[in-house]
Amino acid sequence: MAAIMSLREAIAENVRDGDVVAMEGFTHLIPFAAGHEVIRQGRRNLTLVRMTPDIIYDQMIGMGLANRLVFSWGGNPGVGSLHRFRDAVENGHPAPLAVEEHSHADMAARYQAGASGLPFAVLRGYVGSDLPKWNDRIRTVSCPFTGEVLAATPAINPDVTVIHAQQADVRGNVLIWGIVGIQKEAVLAARRAVVTVEEVVERFDATPNACILPHWAVSAVAVVPGGAHPSYTHGYYDRDNAFCKAWDGISRDRRNFADWMEKHVLGTRDFAGFRRSIGLAEAGAAS
Amino acid sequence: MSGAGYTLNEIMTVAAARLLRNGQVCFVGIGLPSAVANLARLSHAPELVLIYESGTIGAKPDVLPLSIGDGELAETADTVVAVPEIFRYWLQGGRVDIGFLGAAQIDRYANINTTVIGPYDRPKTRLPGAGGAPEIAAAAGEVFIILRQNPRAFVERLDFITSAGHLTGGDSRAKSGARGRGPQVIVTDLGILRPDPESKELVMTSLHPGVTADQARAATGWKLRVADRPEVTEPPRSEELDLLRALHARTARAHGAAPAEG
Repeated sequence: MAAIMSLREAIAENVRDGDVVAMEGFTHLIPFAAGHEVIRQGRRNLTLVRMTPDIIYDQMIGMGLANRLVFSWGGNPGVGSLHRFRDAVENGHPAPLAVEEHSHADMAARYQAGASGLPFAVLRGYVGSDLPKWNDRIRTVSCPFTGEVLAATPAINPDVTVIHAQQADVRGNVLIWGIVGIQKEAVLAARRAVVTVEEVVERFDATPNACILPHWAVSAVAVVPGGAHPSYTHGYYDRDNAFCKAWDGISRDRRNFADWMEKHVLGTRDFAGFRRSIGLAEAGAAS
Repeated sequence: MSGAGYTLNEIMTVAAARLLRNGQVCFVGIGLPSAVANLARLSHAPELVLIYESGTIGAKPDVLPLSIGDGELAETADTVVAVPEIFRYWLQGGRVDIGFLGAAQIDRYANINTTVIGPYDRPKTRLPGAGGAPEIAAAAGEVFIILRQNPRAFVERLDFITSAGHLTGGDSRAKSGARGRGPQVIVTDLGILRPDPESKELVMTSLHPGVTADQARAATGWKLRVADRPEVTEPPRSEELDLLRALHARTARAHGAAPAEG
């Protein structure tokens, strides 16, 4: 049953030290505000799961919150490397980061298996690839009917999945549109789910098969206008490409990164404070 | 810009775009492949179906996306599906004719590395990783690859095979269980390479105007085979260059940035 609460409460109640945490989004709808709140609350020893770790995971890894990353593509889309991620993998700074690496098709299948109550995913995957040599969770299974050998990997069942969406209604049902990514599967695979939304509406203006997560499949909903910045929310605001490019410079140097995080994330009370701190207009204001 | 009135990046992009045919279904990687596929769609192949791994099918962007999941792709698509669906029904289901990929490194059998430079457990350079490429490389009817040709990219031995090309050559790919035919064309800033029909080793079959075989050999980390009489790539026509430059100019305006590569 989704309770509508503050983001601070939603994270405090649902994200715990040592959790397997999936903060999903496929370029679109990245839950940045929620990631910042996890950083502010100082969670530790997290296993971070994400198909496409980007700036928010770079920040969480750089702040030393994670000791393991499960992923399939890590980068700053359209810009380049994630420097804090690379520093953790290449130099063990600020802490060693174990890496469990898959492909997109596999990660998507693993979330589906998790959401389906199945122990593993099956796919025609990794033909000729070296990935199975380095990841012993990529194995094979023989089809019981044809004998064909297929890739098999364990289901993903996060302790908590965190996503951002356009809208919730007053009961806590959640509506997503545009590039819907893997968010529905990631929520349904998880034990708990936190959703941040741009706004709460009386009722949705949507067709019956729009992507709606029923309120009883979600643990907590928090209203955070602009909460996907610097990624975008279809129908609300575009991606802040200038910020994504600026991140390359902010994150390249350890000291510079730490100062920036101290000033803008740890030094602010919430995402609205963060936005003011980096000079953005109030979210939800006419733009 | 060479004296020919176009850059090597431009002839690379134009030569690659000409390989795509109207009505084909193309699974498009971000960066250079996206520029190529959109140029083809805007010129000779208006019914080319562009699929991006973000779940956008039939995307018709007016500007090149900065990322694989830009809103422009969703707004112009025929339909937007979830990520598991794009890989399961559309790619694994066998509905993709061409997988168009970029690469950090490639070897003589067109195997691709986008994972690490150096040992996997102690990487010198950590690259972004696999993304959708291993299954695109295996399942698409055929694979086209575009990347710049230099000794760092065209290497004797890959540190890591992320996505399979022709593996160890000969019939090794056919025996691997991969359903698609694998890489059929590699387009670079120097020319075009295609696998030998038997050994599957890449052969430089075309050189861009003004590029010599020795230049191509010097840009390759293995002993490159060059066809006895390599073709000379047809230079970009003015209408192709106009379309490409206009596309990059619109893109730069939309993203508030310098024009992209290619």
